[in-house]
Amino acid sequence: MRADVAELAVEIGPLRLRNPFLLASGIWGESGESLAGAWDAGAGGVITKSIGSAPRPGYPNPTIESYSDWGLLNAMGLPNPGIEEYPREVAAARARGATVIGSVFGGDAEEFAELARRLAATGVVALELNLSCPHAEGYGTEVGSTPDDVAAIVRAVVREVRVPVIAKITPNTPDPAALAVAAEKAGAAAISAINTVRGLAIDATLHRPVLAHGLGGLSGPAIKPVGLACVWQIYSRVQVPVIGVGGISTSEDALEYLMAGARAVEVGTAVARDGIGVFGRLVSGLSERLDALGYRSAAAAVGAAHTAPS
Amino acid sequence: MRTVVRVTERVLETPSTVTLRFPYEAPAGPGQFVMIWFPGDDELPMSLSYTGGSSKGVTIKAMGETSRNVQRLRVGDAVGIRGPYGNRFDLSARRVLVVGGGSGSAVLAPAAESAAASGAHLTVALGATEASELLFRRRFEDMGADVEVATDDGSEGTHGFVTVVAERLLATERFDAVWTCGPEVMMQKVARAAGPRNVPVFCSVERQMKCALGMCDACALGPVHVCVDGPVFPAERLLPLEEFGRSHRDPSGRRVPFGTR
Repeated sequence: MRADVAELAVEIGPLRLRNPFLLASGIWGESGESLAGAWDAGAGGVITKSIGSAPRPGYPNPTIESYSDWGLLNAMGLPNPGIEEYPREVAAARARGATVIGSVFGGDAEEFAELARRLAATGVVALELNLSCPHAEGYGTEVGSTPDDVAAIVRAVVREVRVPVIAKITPNTPDPAALAVAAEKAGAAAISAINTVRGLAIDATLHRPVLAHGLGGLSGPAIKPVGLACVWQIYSRVQVPVIGVGGISTSEDALEYLMAGARAVEVGTAVARDGIGVFGRLVSGLSERLDALGYRSAAAAVGAAHTAPS
Repeated sequence: MRTVVRVTERVLETPSTVTLRFPYEAPAGPGQFVMIWFPGDDELPMSLSYTGGSSKGVTIKAMGETSRNVQRLRVGDAVGIRGPYGNRFDLSARRVLVVGGGSGSAVLAPAAESAAASGAHLTVALGATEASELLFRRRFEDMGADVEVATDDGSEGTHGFVTVVAERLLATERFDAVWTCGPEVMMQKVARAAGPRNVPVFCSVERQMKCALGMCDACALGPVHVCVDGPVFPAERLLPLEEFGRSHRDPSGRRVPFGTR
């Protein structure tokens, strides 16, 4: 092994990840075997589907509109097997050695706390709170778009669990960084940003929205600048680690997020375009790029763009 | 991206099964499926029952509410199509046993047609609840296949499951490959009968689908995703899976045993 290979492992509070690339919530997360598959493909950790109190089928199809190479609009509607059934899937992923982060969504602080307590009991290493799904009535953005709401939910969850709590915040508000600040004050160990950007697809021939739910959330390369801006602003306003999400499909994208202030990143839509093998390519690509730039570790690049030489 | 097309032809294949033909240019092969959107209703994964040229087709059995609504579509009605997705049958075998149960023939017919056109010899075991529900029997006969049928009620052919016919054919004739589509328990039986004779079996399987892009996990079957890794799988890949022939996942991702709702 070469001595000058950059260290890819990163720390999110007490949590150590073997590399900065996390499988984003909602992708490959319904079954434990799929989570394990993403781990085997090289992800630094895998985040479950957002789990709720009861089984939820999600919205009817069409749930996806795909824009060739620049994005995806989805309104899945938070489908998930429910907290009763889901522990077996976490167990299946953990049995294969995966670092599993649980994601939960609730309608209020109390429901979040209860779900977090039950999912934490399955051995997940951290919990990500879905405060940001843009298209589910009564959940996500609807309960996470003001600093007070975010703080109340984070506070309730932090009281209930020992594992680090990650607040995943929405970009669909004038000041996403204010949500991050509120989450930090309430005890969040990290902030992930962003969730999808609210969007709509219309079919002009049919005179109607394409997605069964109407509004959806945009992901993929198109939203990278939005995610970078949020991470950039959040990084300058909080002390806790930031996890960057939004349009990361190459190692260069990831490096940009690190330099904007992200300590880790989540990858989702790229799996649709490039398959799960994207994780292996991201890991080796980032390693090479860090070496070429003279960074000894991924952590050393975090926030680098904030102190750029003038 | 999806394309909105107009239905150009509607054929009542059996009392419960309808074929819709529509113009769609994207190249496709036997085994592949499209996501077909019925505006105002659901979008469903459907194997193409006609794959060649610019006129594609799907063949739909009335099962749930959507498929019943779909059968009421008329020529000129609009549907949205995206795809084709998934893999294709390997058409290289020269002596093929085709085993179709119920609407499974929808995906097997174009595969058999392509193989027959390039000189393969086809034997078809076709099963249905009753004689009138035998799907694409005439189409298989027209391509020169030897067709044997089984019906649950004994109204034609062997009285009972098509697996009985398939097992007999496997015991008495030589095949290079078996292609099968139908209820999973049926495919499982066919695969177990062919395995000891070293005849490779390829199964087209069905699962809940949402994105069809290998992302949402709705179609997870053990370690594979049916939408991108399949829908056609060699049986040896499926037989060891805990879920194959036993359970599928409902739209919430809960595991549900076959035969329950």
